[in-house]
Amino acid sequence: MTEILILRSGFDFNGIYGFFDEFMPDSLDWLVFLITSLILAIVIINAVVLSTALLTWFERRLLGRFQSRLGPNRWGPFGLLQPIADLVSLLTKEDTIPEGADKPIFTLAPIVFLAPALIVFSVIPLHGGSFLGNLNVGLIFVIAITSINTLAVFMAGWSSLNKYAMFGAMRAVAMLISYEIPMGITVVAVALVAQTLGLSDVVLAQDIPYILVMPLAFLVFITAASAEMSRTPFDLIESDSELGAGYHTEYSGAKFALLQLTEFMAPIIVAALVTTLFLSGWRGYGPIPGPVWFVIKTFIVLFGFVWIRASWPRLRVDQIMGLAWKGLLPLSIINLFVVAIEVFIFNPGENGLSTTDLWIMTGVNWGVTIIAIFAIFNLLGQSKSERPVPVISPLANMYANTNTVKKITDLAEAE
Amino acid sequence: MYGLGLVKGLMVTAKNLVLPSRMMTVQYPNRKVGLLGLSKATGVPLPKLLLKDPITSVKSLLGMAEVKESLPQHPRFRGEEFSWYEQRCTGCASCAKYCPLGIIEIVTSESGDQMQEGQKYHLDKFDIDIGRCMFCGLCVEACPYDALHMGSGFEEGTYRRQDLVIDKRKLVSAKKTPSTWFRPQLASKKYDPHKGKNVKWDGAGRHEKPSLEQQQEKWAKR
Repeated sequence: MTEILILRSGFDFNGIYGFFDEFMPDSLDWLVFLITSLILAIVIINAVVLSTALLTWFERRLLGRFQSRLGPNRWGPFGLLQPIADLVSLLTKEDTIPEGADKPIFTLAPIVFLAPALIVFSVIPLHGGSFLGNLNVGLIFVIAITSINTLAVFMAGWSSLNKYAMFGAMRAVAMLISYEIPMGITVVAVALVAQTLGLSDVVLAQDIPYILVMPLAFLVFITAASAEMSRTPFDLIESDSELGAGYHTEYSGAKFALLQLTEFMAPIIVAALVTTLFLSGWRGYGPIPGPVWFVIKTFIVLFGFVWIRASWPRLRVDQIMGLAWKGLLPLSIINLFVVAIEVFIFNPGENGLSTTDLWIMTGVNWGVTIIAIFAIFNLLGQSKSERPVPVISPLANMYANTNTVKKITDLAEAE
Repeated sequence: MYGLGLVKGLMVTAKNLVLPSRMMTVQYPNRKVGLLGLSKATGVPLPKLLLKDPITSVKSLLGMAEVKESLPQHPRFRGEEFSWYEQRCTGCASCAKYCPLGIIEIVTSESGDQMQEGQKYHLDKFDIDIGRCMFCGLCVEACPYDALHMGSGFEEGTYRRQDLVIDKRKLVSAKKTPSTWFRPQLASKKYDPHKGKNVKWDGAGRHEKPSLEQQQEKWAKR
């Protein structure tokens, strides 16, 4: 607890505000507020953008090794300067706007896409508190802010007057809205167990990491989140083999750079959220300070994301919607019910659930997880849906064996 | 079973990540080396390398040191810069006749050489337009005296198309590292053109020049 207090006294909104407030007259409070906001904005933007640049390098190198090839290794030590080269290449390209595009919306879309991603990072607790201090409705804030992305994707797709961009945007809206529901319900379960909505309070409540307490919630959350950021198993928003590039087909130059930046920023944010909600955030053991623990855990989650991206193929549209509504939604509701009943039985007071209670919940929830996954996928899985017998058109092949055609038409008539 | 297929897929990529034998990329023309790789590639022992060239050693630790790397090729690889032996060529122009694209141009004149064995022509012009060549090797198959061989190089890029036309001067001065394609006599000697050893005209062909006695006997029997 002392460690948390030491780190907490430093770098957040209240700390900086207090620092400047000491030697400023009271009439200049608005200036202090402005300076504090600017410093925080600069720090957050630079930190996030730089770590995103590092992530692109990390992802490409690792993806290369997963696919038995080398990643970028030419430019700088181990290819570390590759993101800079990419950025220069993107920024020097011509920034075109297609004729007939809705210009204001077309220009606004990348900014609307980028801003929420940056804002989310201001409430994620890297140590005792986040940059904005201790926001007591952090969970709701995160869920609310991240759903703005859907709007930005639709703005980009609709305004570019391109059918592939439009397809990508329509798929995006359908998918992102569907996956927001199971994600929100799992987050409710987390809030129920932690008895709070503040992100750093959730971390403080995790005497046992919630990945052990609620494995079902973790699975649902990580699936829904990887769909939310539209990464590989769910990347049909920008499926490059079908739609060109999806909603950013018509974008180029600096606008495209912004879109790509946000897209690569999403895994960092999701990994940080998963670390906060399920892997007990900055809490760790030994002399290693909290932020390092946080970074290590985030890194492990990111490694998992890259691994999944290297391994699994893309799902079809109907499979994706089926997974959201038939798989994840029931699972998240089951999880919420079980957790709610447990919390009702243990009836925590002011201090929240004790460690013994959490261990009992762990035991129950693992059983529930296995049974629920088997039950849901047995009831609603793809193998249960019967396929119709394919009927070949007699006109399809005029010189085919006429007996076969007759048999098939007989079969069709019999049915 | 539920999810087992997904785990199998993950294991395949994990093997790619862990096992070095799965890495099949050849870095060409420069290969990035670490410190040990650098001492192995340059043939200098590690302590000596550290003393002699500390800057490159530090660079290699940062993954910035490069060594030249050539692509491994088969000796029968049909490459650019035909190996042509003027001593073996009679100017019969079989190669020009067999070329399906008609890109070999030969102009000959009477030379008065080797009148006993048969007239040998003097070559005024011998141009091969490699820019249109498809490296089928029919000219090499057609050559009755094994004067023309496929080359072994592949790094012959130029900036202008006309530089790709190989004339007689270039053919004479080119490196004589013939490919062993359609030349079993070279292949049986285990000759590898990519090791850079030149072959002289009398070592390249099937037809050895008859000795004086053999020639006299041949002419006497006529």
